[in-house]
Amino acid sequence: MGASQSAGTEHEFQDMADRTGFSLEQIGNINKRFRQLSNNEETLSREDLASIPALDNNPIRAQIINAFFDKRNLHQNETGTVQEIGFEEFLMVMTHFRPAAMGLTEEERENLRREKLRFLFNMHDTDSDGTINLEEYRRVVEELLSKAGTIGQETAKAIADAAMLEVASTTRGKMEPDEFYEGITFENFLQILNTFDIETRMHVRFLNMDTATLRCGKSK
Amino acid sequence: MPAFSCAFPGCRRDLLVIVLVVFVGIGLPIEASAPAYQSHGTEGSYLTNVTNTKKAFPVLAVNYKHVRQPFEIALWILLALLMKLGFHLIPRLSGVVPESCLLIVVGLLVGGLIKVIGEEPPVLDSQLFFLCLLPPIILDAGYFLPIRPFTENVGTILVFAVIGTLWNTFFMGGLLYALCQIESVGLGGVDLLACLLFGSIVSAVDPVAVLAVFEEIHINELVHILVFGESLLNDAVTVVLYNLFEEFAKVGTVTVLDVFLGVVCFFVVSLGGVLVGAIYGFLAAFTSRFTSHTRVIEPLFVFLYSYMAYLSSEMFHLSGIMALIVCGVVMRPYVEANISHKSYTTIKYFLKMWSSVSETLIFIFLGVSTVAGPHAWNWTFVITTVILCLVSRVLGVIGLTFIINKFRIVKLTKKDQFIVAYGGLRGAIAFSLGYLLSNRHQMRNLFLTAIITVIFFTVFVQGMTIRPLVELLAVKKKKESKPSINEEIHTEFLNHLLTGVEGVCGHYGHYHWKEKLNRFNKTYVKRWLIAGENFKEPELIAFYRKMELKQAIMMVESGQLPSALPSTISMQNIQPRAIPRVSKKREEEIRRILRSNLQNNKQKMRSRSYSRHTLFDADEEDNVSEVRLRKTKMEMERRMSHYLTVPANRESPRPGVRRVRFESDNQVFSADSVPTVHFEQPSPPSTPDAVSLEEEVPKRPSLEADIEGPRGNASDNHQGELDYQRLARCLSDPGPNKDKEEDDPFMSC
Repeated sequence: MGASQSAGTEHEFQDMADRTGFSLEQIGNINKRFRQLSNNEETLSREDLASIPALDNNPIRAQIINAFFDKRNLHQNETGTVQEIGFEEFLMVMTHFRPAAMGLTEEERENLRREKLRFLFNMHDTDSDGTINLEEYRRVVEELLSKAGTIGQETAKAIADAAMLEVASTTRGKMEPDEFYEGITFENFLQILNTFDIETRMHVRFLNMDTATLRCGKSK
Repeated sequence: MPAFSCAFPGCRRDLLVIVLVVFVGIGLPIEASAPAYQSHGTEGSYLTNVTNTKKAFPVLAVNYKHVRQPFEIALWILLALLMKLGFHLIPRLSGVVPESCLLIVVGLLVGGLIKVIGEEPPVLDSQLFFLCLLPPIILDAGYFLPIRPFTENVGTILVFAVIGTLWNTFFMGGLLYALCQIESVGLGGVDLLACLLFGSIVSAVDPVAVLAVFEEIHINELVHILVFGESLLNDAVTVVLYNLFEEFAKVGTVTVLDVFLGVVCFFVVSLGGVLVGAIYGFLAAFTSRFTSHTRVIEPLFVFLYSYMAYLSSEMFHLSGIMALIVCGVVMRPYVEANISHKSYTTIKYFLKMWSSVSETLIFIFLGVSTVAGPHAWNWTFVITTVILCLVSRVLGVIGLTFIINKFRIVKLTKKDQFIVAYGGLRGAIAFSLGYLLSNRHQMRNLFLTAIITVIFFTVFVQGMTIRPLVELLAVKKKKESKPSINEEIHTEFLNHLLTGVEGVCGHYGHYHWKEKLNRFNKTYVKRWLIAGENFKEPELIAFYRKMELKQAIMMVESGQLPSALPSTISMQNIQPRAIPRVSKKREEEIRRILRSNLQNNKQKMRSRSYSRHTLFDADEEDNVSEVRLRKTKMEMERRMSHYLTVPANRESPRPGVRRVRFESDNQVFSADSVPTVHFEQPSPPSTPDAVSLEEEVPKRPSLEADIEGPRGNASDNHQGELDYQRLARCLSDPGPNKDKEEDDPFMSC
């Protein structure tokens, strides 16, 4: 990184820091990692992410990679996916994994919850229609159990059906037999995961630590 | 006891008091007059050989000595349990005063009674305490330790346990020594080491007392695990400090080498305890792999291996408590995958039972020992001790939290800190350790008195006021949430997601290592320790089956009709579209699914793979689920045939009438038939096969259950009828016959 370039990026980083709430140092670390993953190019493609060895054994690998390229997570009001992302978009996705700072007001905490749950919701709602229908939910459970071998198949279906029933009964209560429950809307999603303290659970420590403890040299 | 039921309220309590007094009254004179009977017994045996005084053959003789010890033990335990029973009969008392306080008071009363009679009241023997009374409580705590919050907070817990206890010891010991130096107190003979020894005894938070009090206040998980974890893990520190100071007090001087050795000793004691516990835990898990033919003794393996772990580590002066906890934690996942459901229930109930009895006895004996023990009261010393305990605890917690919060994601709030500080209760362990002090220490009685005072203060004052304080400060309570399958799915999803994101970030963090451990566990360890094919089963499926089984049992036990349950959402609400438009292709599919499901069922029955969850392990499992499933199938088949023969218009629109007629038609009105109607409740259906069956046969059951809904809409029902008929006709070809065929081998199991 030449001197002029670093001055430019410093300014950008400061900008990003203000917008996303990360510290300069954290952004620096994330940038280093980005460069590593993208082989020092400006943009990151799916293949770059797919080649990370740590993701190999992860059952929901495909969904995770898709989440990075999903436009809905990039704070744009569009749907669909992009093919490549720049550093800024990478950072945007990472903001979802910020831990909850201390001393948040109730409203801020609620917003943080919504943001994180929205991320999860988007991961499930693959056709971007705003609801998670039975098929999508079944696929989620199937993927989760995909490493389990053949035991998983039918039970996955049963589990997804049961879960859907649970959501329907918690959110809609009584329904006429011929009414159709289209799927889990975002509001319903919020409701069923009400007791799930996601703002404390959904965070990655990486974003909290300084460079001294970072092991960015090893991973690729 | 119908003869004793009384009309007016105070009667019950009086009755209980009378019963108790009678018991105590009988017990004590027997103890007191034991020697008299003893001599009578031996005399009788001599006389048989001497013929000068011929005694008549003793038809009825009393030989108390023979049964004395077990009799006394049984009497004490019975007394303790009757007291416990009595407290719960008095409604308001148990809500205000924690049980531990009441039990101590009872102990005091009983001790007083014994003294009045003139006998020597028994003191809480340290050996009895450490070898018999303490292990069940610790095993119960360790076996059911909630692992996730414990491992998430293990750093904090260790800091509180180790550094907190050290701070308490030195702060208190030092200040008390300074106090003793003051001339006016008159305790000039107490040297520094004795004070430090005393400090080490009294500074450890006691798991028994913490359990007893915290169980009743239902505080949030975080604070509970912090205080509780601390009380368990500080045993290592206490053991080391106690032994260290006792040795030093004998010798009288301390060198740097001794201090260094002390530190080494700490690591040896704690890690050694952990190692011993882990070894026994793995042994127990391995043994449980082979118990499929001798289910009855399974619980014994769990208890005995754990007890051996405790005794082995006590033998080497390692931390027995840590060994016990580690043993329970290590063996639990493997043992639970191997043992039968009944054994699991047995283990749970026996542990709860023993720990309950132990706890009760400990508190009663504490009360009795207070009356019995030699006391040396010194106002200044005792009061200072109590105050110092509180002060050092508060300071310690605040100071440590300040440091810890820098490393925690979820910071500890002031309220949390307060409860952690206030919940640091002292209990019987401190007393027993004090009692173990050899008589060489001239201050032994003084120390004992001070210890007892501290214990009383913490248990009574802190124990009683913690509940209103929790209410007052509006501290977060424990979330009483039912296990929800959505939460379970998302917990796993989130774990994988976070592991993945950590991978993307290149950071080998918490989730990465947890995932690695899980994988190692699955590929190597589980293979050795879990019987059969179970080790491949992922957690989500295990959770789901557990839920099913629980609900099945619950339903049969309650025998209630599901109209008691509020919701009427059924599967059809989620995917009705599949049903009305049943194309030829779908028909084929449905038939295929049904057939394969039923076949799968048979296969599963034969392989006996899920030894704990299996619904078909007929020889020792509860036949509940199996019977129910059988009846469900029969029911389904009967219904389908019934509706095939009944023309669409025959049914009247009112659901109430329909319901009655339906039941009388099929003559199934029992709890077991309820499951079929149950399917549309929010709980998951009983088995995967049942789901597929039910999916295709939705409308009939739901109409029955929906009694409360005003359903004047006849056309809806009619529509439902027609749909159903259509479907039933589709299924009619393979349906009933297929079921019948499959049912026979089914029933033969």
